[in-house]
Amino acid sequence: MFEPRRIYNWDGDNMDLIKELLEGSRLALARSITAVENEYDNAIDIMKAIYPRTGKARILGITGAPGAGKSTLTDKVVKHYLEQGKRIGIVAVDPTSPFSGGAILGDRIRMNDLTLNENVFIRSMGTRGSLGGLSKKTADVVKLMDAFGMDLVIIETVGVGQSEVDIVKNADTTLVVLVPGLGDDIQAIKAGILEIGDVFAINKADRDGCDKLNVEIEMMLDLDSRELDWRPPIKRTIASKDEGVDELVEALDEHFEYLEDSGELATRRAERTHDELVAMINEQIMRYVHEHVVESDAFKQDVAAVNNRTNDPYSVVNSVLEKSLKR
Amino acid sequence: MANDNLKAKLAEYEAAYAKNCEKVPARQNLPEQPVYTPLDLEGFDYERDLGFPGFYPYTRGVQPTMYRGRFWTMRMYAGFATAEESNKRYRYLIESGATGLSCAFDLPTQIGYDSDDAMAEGEVGKVGVAIDSLKDMEILFQGIDLGKVSTSMTINAPASVLLAMYIAVAEKQGVPSTELRGTIQNDILKEYAARGTYIFPPKPSMRLITNIFEYCSQYVPKWNTISISGYHIREAGSTAAQEIAFTIADGIAYIEAALKAGLEVDDFAGRLSFFWNAHNNVLEEVAKFRASRRLWAHILKERFGAKKPKSMMLRVHTQTAGSMLTAQQVDNNIVRVALQTAAAVMGGTQSLHTNSRDEALALPTEASVQIALRTQQIVAYESGLADVVDPLGGSYYVEAMTNAIYEEAKAYIQKIDEMGGAVEAIEKGYIQKEIQESAYKWQMEVESGLRTIVGVNKFQVEEKPVEGLLRIDASVGINQSKKTQQVRADRDQTAVDAALAALKAGAEDESVNLMPLILAAVKTYATLGEICNVLRGVFGEYQAHSTL
Amino acid sequence: MAEKRIRVIVAKPGLDGHDRGAKVVARALRDAGFEVIYTGLRQTPEQIVEAALSEDVNVVALSLLSGAHNTLFPKIVEMLKEKGMGDVLVVGGGVIPDADIPGLKAAGVSAVFTPGTPTADVIEFIKANVK
Repeated sequence: MFEPRRIYNWDGDNMDLIKELLEGSRLALARSITAVENEYDNAIDIMKAIYPRTGKARILGITGAPGAGKSTLTDKVVKHYLEQGKRIGIVAVDPTSPFSGGAILGDRIRMNDLTLNENVFIRSMGTRGSLGGLSKKTADVVKLMDAFGMDLVIIETVGVGQSEVDIVKNADTTLVVLVPGLGDDIQAIKAGILEIGDVFAINKADRDGCDKLNVEIEMMLDLDSRELDWRPPIKRTIASKDEGVDELVEALDEHFEYLEDSGELATRRAERTHDELVAMINEQIMRYVHEHVVESDAFKQDVAAVNNRTNDPYSVVNSVLEKSLKR
Repeated sequence: MANDNLKAKLAEYEAAYAKNCEKVPARQNLPEQPVYTPLDLEGFDYERDLGFPGFYPYTRGVQPTMYRGRFWTMRMYAGFATAEESNKRYRYLIESGATGLSCAFDLPTQIGYDSDDAMAEGEVGKVGVAIDSLKDMEILFQGIDLGKVSTSMTINAPASVLLAMYIAVAEKQGVPSTELRGTIQNDILKEYAARGTYIFPPKPSMRLITNIFEYCSQYVPKWNTISISGYHIREAGSTAAQEIAFTIADGIAYIEAALKAGLEVDDFAGRLSFFWNAHNNVLEEVAKFRASRRLWAHILKERFGAKKPKSMMLRVHTQTAGSMLTAQQVDNNIVRVALQTAAAVMGGTQSLHTNSRDEALALPTEASVQIALRTQQIVAYESGLADVVDPLGGSYYVEAMTNAIYEEAKAYIQKIDEMGGAVEAIEKGYIQKEIQESAYKWQMEVESGLRTIVGVNKFQVEEKPVEGLLRIDASVGINQSKKTQQVRADRDQTAVDAALAALKAGAEDESVNLMPLILAAVKTYATLGEICNVLRGVFGEYQAHSTL
Repeated sequence: MAEKRIRVIVAKPGLDGHDRGAKVVARALRDAGFEVIYTGLRQTPEQIVEAALSEDVNVVALSLLSGAHNTLFPKIVEMLKEKGMGDVLVVGGGVIPDADIPGLKAAGVSAVFTPGTPTADVIEFIKANVK
């Protein structure tokens, strides 16, 4: 069940997945995403083939507390961009249950009327248990949608932990969605999330506590000691009624223009390329170490030796590195 | 002193019970205690907590005579395929002794689509009768005197349209609207929470409902303008206490909406009615009925300051639990329905629908419906359960459980109040989530064997497929579509356009009562779908943000 | 290294709003370690098939209690095939008379789960038959 599924034509003949993908087949895109997600053998070939076509799409990250109305807001933002004739990819990331490993991927339901729009492609992903690998997979999925010809790719995720923050770091512009009346959410969320916000939305702005929240965010931004040319704007929205979304979209556009005009976009993307390369190298080394060292009998003996003090960990590490990495 | 003595005896008993405890097998949902005593009713005050039947707080029933005066209304929910077919079934039911009609509409009708709409594909006539225009309604009630029969219609989002059609048919029969008796379900909140046949967002839906309250208080005074339904909440998997808690919370929301629209509580509260589920656990169900009456009476009197006794009475229609019917060994369902009937009757229902044995498989056949109706008649005439009012009143167990359900429901309502009311709680997904939790818990109990369902997870047998099920032919949809297209071709289109334009203008002005405009539109043979589409254009459509 | 998951879309075609079964099944599948996409009520065959495609699911699980299964289930199977998703396992559940099951199976619905089926049976069937 976990093998790359083939693509075939009307007559049942096998088709070339990469060729189909490059020619714009939605099924080929869907199956390529699965290949990346499941780390199938063909994933690297797919990514190599599409890489030259990437780098065109604008990438927007949308994050915020659970229940902030991110999906509904995403739905409305997408509709605004569709009116401008844009093609849009959406990657909706939901947490995997730590108990069962399963997940309910529930964001789509709030975007049901985008399903049949041929200018939209929505894909839901579970965080699964991958240690940091999720961020790279999300980045690859974004690249696939970018190469597929999407003008805008949106990454939507719950902003609760470091791995989610990492996912959103794949974006050019990050929108942080907050809601009034949840009390401590500023406190809960400020670690990590507020710093990455380029634009803030106070959603469900018809609720009590909107002004208070607005002041709190402003104060947080005042405390930011970094010297920045961009002061994140705070926009009020009621996504369910499509109120304030025009202004929000305007702010998002302004941020992107700022990135382009200031040269920040080029800098950010170069940094991202750098970080991605480092991460990929690290991952390959870790994978290699795991497969060839950690799972080897010799390593078990090393562990035993360190444990009963016949050897020390420093010497073991040295010898492992010498043996494994000097190829 | 007497209590101390009793406590000592109870301790003695409990010790004896504990000694024999390993002989008690593990079963789900056994009450905490093996036996109930006066000690469980400390502080119990007969007059305050029970009172007499027909007197506040109505715990024992809403009428002094109850079934000694006349039995509950035996109201069989029916309707399928076309208006012609359903009309035949209704006449058959009346001949068999049914004392009220209950109309089931198909899903396109319930969601405001005509039979020829693309959304109606495969659904026309399946779970009820298809009504597209006044023409269908005329056929549905042909030969039935609307001045004599009381009719219940399971219709919610487009309730105003179906009610308008009913009034128009009656007018053609020469029956004035002031004489009409019956009920429309008209309970949109439980549609969002549990049943799913909504059309418009909550705010305009609440407006349509208050428009009906207002209109009927003047022109259709004998009509029950809403049947606030716990039935579907229970079917969706809630517990007994959740069923009445969420439903009464909905009831509070309707009252508040009507008060906001400027109505006086005593002008409409007496026309509010309820709809409960009669589930398998007989004694718990009886306690639920009793607790719900006490709770509603307290809320109306204390919270809303109602003065008229009628405003404080929780009158209830009941249906036996469809979700408890099994597709396995279908004849066992006859026994289940009989026990559920006993629960509803001992609980003091005002009317009852009994499900048929084959409904876990398809719509019921005529023969199955007859057994279901006979079940009610046997309970009424032969069982003795209807001979005295509230026969279980005073049972230590039932009184203790009545108190417990009352308290649990009250706590839920308080929580919902804190969230800002039922509409908010539904929009937040709170009520849906509570129901889902209970449903999942039930399913896991069945699968683990803690809960036994006879014929399903115990006492199974090899079975042959059940034969002779009712089938709705696909041609029903095609013929119904043709009929409606003919209606559109034959009518005065100018009149239709004018009526729909007036309706649109009215819908845009929140201060307008839409009932007269809808009535005018149905009389021109504007279709249900056309009317609902006008309203969709103004109100928008509700998008469920289902939480899982 | 890679963590793989069976992906399932639980969908309610047609107009019926009874989603108790669909939601219980969705949760049970989640608890069995599947990734579950739940579409909500009133989804047209077109919407279900497009969601199944873009989510690249292994399984489409349909729930319907209104009696429209003979129309809608085969239509969905057919549309999946047209879109090159013939390798997707389609299962159905709800109030479905035994007499209709052979026809649905012939139309490409791999299994029909009638009332009373334990969720464990659904999970087991999917695990055994998913491609």
